[in-house]
Amino acid sequence: MDTAQLLDSDSIIADGDGHEQYLTFMLAGEEYGVDILRVQEIKGWDSATRIPNTPDYVQGVINLRGTIVPIIDLRMRFNLEKLEYGPTTVVVVLKVSSTSKNRTMGIVVDGVSDVYSISADELKSAPEFGDEINAEFVKGLATIDEKMVIMLDIDKLLNSRELNVLDSVASEK
Amino acid sequence: MSIDLSQFKQTFIEESLEGLDIMESSLLNLDVGEADPEVINTIFRAAHSIKGGSGTFGFNDIASFTHVLETLLDQMRAGERDVTTPAIEALLASVDCLRDMINALQDEGSYDEERVASVQKELEKMLDNEASNSQTTESAATIAPPEDELPTATGWLIKFSPHPDMLRTGNDPVLMFRELEGLGSLEVKADIEALPGFEDHLAEDAYLSWEIKLTTDATEDQVQEIFSWVDDECDLEITAIRPDIEPAAVVETAAQVVEEVKETAPQKEPPVAKKPAAKRSAKSTEATSIRVGTDKVDALINLVGELVITQSMLSQLGEEFDMSKLEKLRNGLAQLERNTREMQENVLRIRMLPISFSFNRFPRLVHDLTQKMGKKVSLKMSGEQTELDKTVMEKIGDPLVHLVRNALDHGIESPEDRIAAGKDPVGTLQLNAYHKGGNIIIEISDDGAGINKQRVLEKAVQSGIINSPSDITEDAQIFDLIFAPGFSTADVVSDVSGRGVGMDVVKKNIKALGGGIEIASREGVGSTFSIRLPLTLAILDGQLVRVGEEVYIIPLISIVESLQITKQAVNRLAGRAEVYRLRDDYISIIRLYNLFGSKPDSTDLEKGLLVVVEGDGQKVGLFVDDLLGQQQVVIKSLESNFKQVEGVSGATILGDGTVALIMDIGGLIDLSNSAQKKFSDGAVA
Repeated sequence: MDTAQLLDSDSIIADGDGHEQYLTFMLAGEEYGVDILRVQEIKGWDSATRIPNTPDYVQGVINLRGTIVPIIDLRMRFNLEKLEYGPTTVVVVLKVSSTSKNRTMGIVVDGVSDVYSISADELKSAPEFGDEINAEFVKGLATIDEKMVIMLDIDKLLNSRELNVLDSVASEK
Repeated sequence: MSIDLSQFKQTFIEESLEGLDIMESSLLNLDVGEADPEVINTIFRAAHSIKGGSGTFGFNDIASFTHVLETLLDQMRAGERDVTTPAIEALLASVDCLRDMINALQDEGSYDEERVASVQKELEKMLDNEASNSQTTESAATIAPPEDELPTATGWLIKFSPHPDMLRTGNDPVLMFRELEGLGSLEVKADIEALPGFEDHLAEDAYLSWEIKLTTDATEDQVQEIFSWVDDECDLEITAIRPDIEPAAVVETAAQVVEEVKETAPQKEPPVAKKPAAKRSAKSTEATSIRVGTDKVDALINLVGELVITQSMLSQLGEEFDMSKLEKLRNGLAQLERNTREMQENVLRIRMLPISFSFNRFPRLVHDLTQKMGKKVSLKMSGEQTELDKTVMEKIGDPLVHLVRNALDHGIESPEDRIAAGKDPVGTLQLNAYHKGGNIIIEISDDGAGINKQRVLEKAVQSGIINSPSDITEDAQIFDLIFAPGFSTADVVSDVSGRGVGMDVVKKNIKALGGGIEIASREGVGSTFSIRLPLTLAILDGQLVRVGEEVYIIPLISIVESLQITKQAVNRLAGRAEVYRLRDDYISIIRLYNLFGSKPDSTDLEKGLLVVVEGDGQKVGLFVDDLLGQQQVVIKSLESNFKQVEGVSGATILGDGTVALIMDIGGLIDLSNSAQKKFSDGAVA
């Protein structure tokens, strides 16, 4: 089994004093974090079925124990240079919510890194990055051991552009 | 009470709606003059359960409304009131009011209070009239609410002796006393005579009985209500205390007590009799829960048992396997396959409901509409037990209503016209459902005027759907015009139908479910609309095709044929759009790899295959590399986690665990047309 049920691990117990825990992962040398409560599971990369006429950062869909889950390549989404998928390439399966519904989606990242506990006031607001990684997707920046970690707002990121449910044909029904 | 009742609210709403459906259909079955007491009983029980439930949950407006209704029904049941047409109409109106009120609870919205008040007033008026007319002295006591006659009552003497097993049903006398206390001041005397010795004492049995003196101005009903949950598990006597009567004068009250018991006796029925009644109709339009017969669940449990046995046999075989056991392994696998298939069929059956859930609303609809239109129609339904997937059923409801309305409005003539045409003045509308192959057929037939082909043609020309009547000659094609958008033959636009919106929507909805609709009609004799629907939306027979490394699934139902391409039959229109000559037809070729941006084995048409498919009434040829196999696939939604993709209706999981996309032929044709158009627009620019 290549699936690691990270949520079961004992080290991750939310502490009551305003700290939130983040799962961080590497992407082109930078460390990014997502709210750990949104992480459903982490699994190894396995080939996906391509969906026609979708942007190239949509890798396709996979079968996750009977549900069809779309996979987003985060490098391609951020217009970073492509990296061949290797043994450390993982898919982080996330629960994404938007106004209309809750979805399960996977993101392909270079590798998972660590779990940090960060309080809200440790998060610094981010400057404007430019178009690809819009400041809107960034919840804030945190400094951990002199390193910068970019905390992502996955709801905004995975509901942006073509991934937005609202402009899909489905809503016209 | 300390119990959180909100969790049961949804159950109450669902059960009440079911109860209302029962009331409605029973009311429609009620014959004026000679009413079947069993039918009235059914209605009464439904009303009583709603009253009890709403009282418990504190929905007092519903409770008080139902109370009036119940009193009226009680009189009908006792034979003191004749079942008259106005009474039935009033009862039907009150069912509508109650449904509004309960729906308002569900959506936490509001209901039309004025209407409810006016209906309630009407019911009360009816009660008052009849009560004064009533001659029977004996039953007068049961009709007239005691609180009206005996305004001097200052309280109630309650003798409450629970049956030994009352506590086991979770009823606690303390809670009831606490509630009684809320009504007024309480004097409780416990009778401990029945209490056994310590060694014989069973902790779960009730031994005590009580005599309670309640000083209050509450009505007897309010007191009854508190005991309503236990009235078949205890002996209860409620006596009024009036200043001039000594509460201890038991002899005097004895006669009254008998009456009280009489009054409460029928009320014992609801909790027991409610279950089978509710089962008969479990329709609730938006409810997401589903009621499943225990037989279906039992069958499933049996199958799971078999599956477990097969599995353990196989794992045992696997532990010490050698080639000599190969035959055994094969058998085991065959058994596993059989089990799995049976299991799949049974699980699907759980989602199946009899079509009566959908048909049930029609008696009322027909009743209302015929009154409005001054027509006489008898409704006949058959095949109500035919089972259909719940989702399909929900989506077919509105189209069916539309067709029934149409049949009543345009199909069946007025009684005068019918007599003039030498027909029975009472028209017949027939709803029929049956299985045929993997489909369910629903037929709506009337013995009305039939479709006037000449008028259909004229109207079609008028509304610009066709150019001249001579374009179309075949009957089926003429009838098909009815489904064209903007078509209506009605001379007068009534509020029932005739706006020309609808039939196209009906057809669209049925198509969206993967079904079809056909019309057969003879002028002067009648029309039949036949709807064909797939039994389930969850599974489809698919043809697996390969384009390069990708596998797609084409619904088998849309495939006309598959063939090898001969170069001579391929022509190019304007040097670009490819068409294939298929016998006498020309069909356009869609190269799937172009449309889906995949890498094919070969772009040479002769090296691949052409799958001729039909979608939206149009035939096209799909160019694929290879045909793989046919199999039943379980449809999974792409939308639930992603979004709808043009040309793809869903996805499925193949035997090897990978995902394959299921093609939506209609969408594919649209996609190809817009791609063509884009190209030609680009070429012009």
